[in-house]
Amino acid sequence: MKQFLSFVRKEFLHVLRDRKTLFILFGMPVVQILIFGFALTNEVKNSTIVVVDNAKDLSSQAIITRIEASRYFQIEKNLVGSKELEAAFRTGEIKMAIVFPAGFAESLQHQNTAQIQVIADASDPNTATTLTNYVSSIIRDYQTEMNVTNQLPYRIQPELRMLYNPQLKGAPNFVPGVMSLVLMLVCVMMTAISIVKEKENGTMEILLVSPFKPIMVVLAKALPYLLLSIINVITILLLSVFVLDLPIVGSILLLFGESILFIITCLTLGIFISVKTDSQQTAMLISLVGMLLPTLLFSGFLFPIENMPLPLQVFSNIVPAKWYYLMVKSIMIKGLGFSYIWKETLILVGITLFLLLISLKSFKIRLA
Amino acid sequence: MHSVIVSHLTKIYGKEKKVAVDDVSFSVDKGEIFGLIGADGAGKTTIFRVLTTLLLPDGGSASVGGLDVVKDFEQIRQTIGYMPGKFSLYQDLTVEENLSFFATLFGTTVAENYELIKDIYVQIAPFKNRRAGKLSGGMKQKLALCCALIHKPNVLFLDEPTTGVDPVSRKEFWEMLKRLKEQDITILLSTTYMDEANLCDRIALIQEGKILSIDTPANIIKSYPDVLFAVKATNMHQLLQQLLRYPERLSSYAFGEFAHFSFKGTPDTDGLVTYLEQHGLKEVMVKTADITIEDSFIKLLG
Repeated sequence: MKQFLSFVRKEFLHVLRDRKTLFILFGMPVVQILIFGFALTNEVKNSTIVVVDNAKDLSSQAIITRIEASRYFQIEKNLVGSKELEAAFRTGEIKMAIVFPAGFAESLQHQNTAQIQVIADASDPNTATTLTNYVSSIIRDYQTEMNVTNQLPYRIQPELRMLYNPQLKGAPNFVPGVMSLVLMLVCVMMTAISIVKEKENGTMEILLVSPFKPIMVVLAKALPYLLLSIINVITILLLSVFVLDLPIVGSILLLFGESILFIITCLTLGIFISVKTDSQQTAMLISLVGMLLPTLLFSGFLFPIENMPLPLQVFSNIVPAKWYYLMVKSIMIKGLGFSYIWKETLILVGITLFLLLISLKSFKIRLA
Repeated sequence: MHSVIVSHLTKIYGKEKKVAVDDVSFSVDKGEIFGLIGADGAGKTTIFRVLTTLLLPDGGSASVGGLDVVKDFEQIRQTIGYMPGKFSLYQDLTVEENLSFFATLFGTTVAENYELIKDIYVQIAPFKNRRAGKLSGGMKQKLALCCALIHKPNVLFLDEPTTGVDPVSRKEFWEMLKRLKEQDITILLSTTYMDEANLCDRIALIQEGKILSIDTPANIIKSYPDVLFAVKATNMHQLLQQLLRYPERLSSYAFGEFAHFSFKGTPDTDGLVTYLEQHGLKEVMVKTADITIEDSFIKLLG
């Protein structure tokens, strides 16, 4: 036990004395959260749009005022002809155009239905979708209001509520994503590198030629990273609550429990990589390409898994980050309890045990 | 009483079936300093790794302190000290942290066996708060030796302990080894420096995984079969060229500021001097050479 503690102490010294490691450990999560939170957001603010009002009646004016009031749009100018409109789209001056036909209010009042033409620049499909969604919801809002005061109901469209994210904030999706990304990086790469480093520096030779059990070497290496990763989880959660205004809806205890489970999964992955490689560079490359990329692609964080071809959907099931991402989303944003995520938890436990078993089996008590 | 016994040890690496150690046998007595002398790639490190239970032999057997390196590897790991060829301490830990880490790792404390390392440690003690990576080569080796000794091992394995160390530190290092020998610790070391061979009790000259000769340094020198001459002239390069063409030549090679030379038949130094002077060499001087381990090694390599 004394040996183990002394080993853990040594590991902490290694981490604390290496500025680069420290930066990756604690700087990266902060930077990622801030970058994703403020720069790489899906939110579309102050988009330049054009309103062509051929109706110029009460209803059209009312809708235009609402659009103007929204912080998403910046109404540029009132273009009239369709040619001018096309030119403006081509140069990229405007992102969207809203065209009211002549007699808009009249049509609404007499036929109980009316049309608005919404044209969006879909060269950036994400922005286009977001913008059209915003406009539709503004129009729907107006419609609902009108229906309250009027006797004759206007045509009611199905209401699309933005579930869990009514303000269309970007943060709910990426905070769980960044959490799985950071933990994956810190745990897998750092553990793998720190064990392989001992091999490369030749210190592993001395460690093996000592009464200390080789398997304890690995455990003592992993423990500090478990603690440091928990600190990382706390940092990310604090940032998301206080800087990004994203509250944790569900149980914090459950969130931590699942995070520790995922950290252990990542640590065993790191140990597995370190057992199989002999140089820090190889370990780093495998961690980055083999772990980071699947985490980005197959966790559902950046790309929806449902849209992928079936083989890739099946593959995504063995990516531990997918399950963690699902659980964090469930707890943090939807506020669900353990009874909703026991399946994901079980799968993650299974993956962890499997990895632990094969890395323990292939751990070498000798050099070759 | 043999402390280390190696018999018909063979180690083959990889798919290319490179034979690193080829049917090697030797034994080391308790309290003896035994040196493996050979060039890089001769198989010295492989022998060390088999003896320190880091590698499994492909043929033959070996034992350390009566324990088999394959079966009893766990017990062997309790009783030996090992200093790998590459400097193997933690560069980012201080001298003191390194030492106490290794002491704890081997289940002891620095205080418990301080007597054993005292002579060495006093020399590095002034730098005990310095990081190991910032020490000079000689200091590093002394610290590594301290770390390998801290649990009072019965057998000490030192793989090229003096490579890259300045001559003064090397001398001090050897004085320490002599003192450890007095404590009845068996020391097995390897080196590429021929001058260090003389300081061992016994040496094994090793080349391409095979042992060429095992004996005391004195006996190895004594058994040199030829009379060896040291030849000197103003132009060394030309001298070596001409020696190569001399009809009575058995061997010739550069050796420091001299060329070492031996004759096929009865030595005829006057004839050699005349020959060299006829071929344009000036200030030719020939004398009998003191035979060294290196000469024996060159002879054995043939």
